[in-house]
Amino acid sequence: MTDVIGYQREDAGQPNSLSPEYKSTVPRSPRQPLIKIPHTLTETTGPAGRWDDLMGGAMADLTTQHKAMPQGQRIIVSGRVLDENGRPVPNTVMEIWQANAAGRYIHVKDQWDAPHDPNFTGAGRVVTDAEGRYQYTTIRPGAYPWGNHHNAWRPAHIHLSLLGPAFATRLVTQFYFPDDPLIEIDPIANAVPLPYRQRMVSRFDIETTQANWALGYLFDIVLRGRDATPFEDDHDHG
Amino acid sequence: MADDNQSPELFGQTPSQTVGPFFHYGLAWKGGADLVGADPIGARTDLFPEENYKLNVSKPRGAVSGETIIVEGCVTDAAGAPVSDAMIEIWQANSAGRYASPDDARNEIPLDEGFIGFGRSSTTDDGLFHFRTVRPGPVPGPGNSLQAPHIAIGVMGRGLIKRLVTRLYFEDADANADDPILALVPAERRHTLIARKQGDVWRFDIRLQGDDETVFFDV
Repeated sequence: MTDVIGYQREDAGQPNSLSPEYKSTVPRSPRQPLIKIPHTLTETTGPAGRWDDLMGGAMADLTTQHKAMPQGQRIIVSGRVLDENGRPVPNTVMEIWQANAAGRYIHVKDQWDAPHDPNFTGAGRVVTDAEGRYQYTTIRPGAYPWGNHHNAWRPAHIHLSLLGPAFATRLVTQFYFPDDPLIEIDPIANAVPLPYRQRMVSRFDIETTQANWALGYLFDIVLRGRDATPFEDDHDHG
Repeated sequence: MADDNQSPELFGQTPSQTVGPFFHYGLAWKGGADLVGADPIGARTDLFPEENYKLNVSKPRGAVSGETIIVEGCVTDAAGAPVSDAMIEIWQANSAGRYASPDDARNEIPLDEGFIGFGRSSTTDDGLFHFRTVRPGPVPGPGNSLQAPHIAIGVMGRGLIKRLVTRLYFEDADANADDPILALVPAERRHTLIARKQGDVWRFDIRLQGDDETVFFDV
């Protein structure tokens, strides 16, 4: 007898795998319906607490990984990882990657004509504390063009990857800036309908801004929360 | 103040976004696809300069019980073309059927100190992913059922705005016939979830769309 308490399902703010304005979803999204399955021990477990063994220690400052400071506007991003019931998600890993201040990734397949920065890689990793809080320091990434359609530009964004406590809580998302006019015309951000798109937009914060040093942004990330009741079916107790 | 996820009015699940095409220096670390050792299979260090490798190198692990297996497959799109910028994640129990997770409290089943059961592999230019792991044991299902040995799989990549979830089962496992999750899949599509033994490799292709489209789950 191993009933487990599952997680809540996707809410209305999650995008569809087929989001045709983002063109590469068209040949890469399934056409058959997804098959809904109950959450078993497979979906309710995950490698929680083993981040150092898997991925190594934290890298919370992306501006000190090379010989000198990178170009660009220094920023401090802080916030909490919560579940949708409002509870903190402690000791969970968040992986971070981004373009440099000119909007260029160090990746060899990023070929657009903007300069590399020898002092910036753009990869980091933090683990939340007991209250679900995290903080990292980086530079504000630049916008960059991409080939989705004529004159397409991605808004400035930071890629974030979270595992949470379970296979079911996995999340990869993007962090956007509150003053960016490109969000409104970006097919990837707009795969998420309003008002939910705004959940990916950070907030400028003067309290966490450090005088003569860096601008502060707040960004809370919300993972799926536990269901109220264990999964049961009619065959359990026969 | 504008509504965002710091506002009670809008608070809720952060939406998913694609990993994009440039995740290789941020996510897939050396050893991440080798769950029993530290082989760099699955990391694409050819895609960025060496001085930008900031990720971990998996530590050599302790002894792991069970049968070591290689899992390999190709990710293809609607046209059957290989997907060279996908990332596959796996999560599985150890050979005794225990998850290395605080949420698997069955202390009567042993853990392996050297085995976590989480792995990550980028695809190659030919769309191939590779893992070295152990063959998992059976784990409990809903009610009194037992699930056949399986590996949970998440598929991410450019053009995937959210993760696709599937499962790998083993073709020679008698327990597949009684698996409560396979039973939810139409019989004519179940073969897309079955890995086939080809020489020393368990082959598991992932077809995102089209003929023999892989079964993906709503979890």
